Amino acid sequence: MGDPMRIRAKLVGDTADVRVLMAHPMDVERKSGGKVVPAHFIRQIRAELNGKVVWEAQISQAISKNPVFAFKVKGAKAGDKLSVTWEDNKGDSRTDSITLGAS
Amino acid sequence: MNGLRRSFLKRTTGLGTLVAAVAIGVIKPADVLAASRNDAAFKATSSPDAIKALGMSGATNSTAIAIRAPDIAENGAVVPIDITSNVPGTQSISLFVDNNPFPYVGTFDVAKGSEPYVHVRIKMGKSSDVRVVVAAADGKYYQAAKEVKVTIGGCGG
Repeated sequence: MGDPMRIRAKLVGDTADVRVLMAHPMDVERKSGGKVVPAHFIRQIRAELNGKVVWEAQISQAISKNPVFAFKVKGAKAGDKLSVTWEDNKGDSRTDSITLGAS
Repeated sequence: MNGLRRSFLKRTTGLGTLVAAVAIGVIKPADVLAASRNDAAFKATSSPDAIKALGMSGATNSTAIAIRAPDIAENGAVVPIDITSNVPGTQSISLFVDNNPFPYVGTFDVAKGSEPYVHVRIKMGKSSDVRVVVAAADGKYYQAAKEVKVTIGGCGG
């Protein structure tokens, strides 16, 4: 389990402007003192609105450390539950959720 | 005495997690995590190869894709990119950095209930074109590119 994500969403009409900050090293494979440090990065991200997948991403190690993603979910309203899940290449994963419209 | 015990515990638990993580990484087949992950594209070392591996070859240039990125990025480790697609029926947005060792950055699937927009922060090894390929509902592909100059590369992690 990684550290909690920070998820922020602003409702504009029925669109939720979502911004997610994840805590992850996003390491590329590199050599350090003659040893190979294996890559460690998030491979897949999924956003769900009330349990229904609304946004998905397949990503590589080219995403910056502590990734930030912003996207716009359609058909959202106050009180809806938005959850975001990531999975990395070592099998670790984390899900965090927020309720839209709640401060 | 107590301090020794502490450090011993710390070390063993640390080792335990490491071993567990490695075991998980080894035992779990890669496709358990992502059935649709296109490993060939992620391992491709040039943009055309990656695009080909994704079956997105032959994309037409389009002005309907807006890429907002800095002209000059001072720090290649964090380059903010904003992509908005005005292509009708946009299904997914794929991002490539031509001069990165592995150009394919990722694909963002917006078809299931999101606007055709995404903001990401990416690593760039050196100055390069940032290429976006959009898959439309009619089965066609559209692309656009923008050059970003990098003063300090960011592929060292």
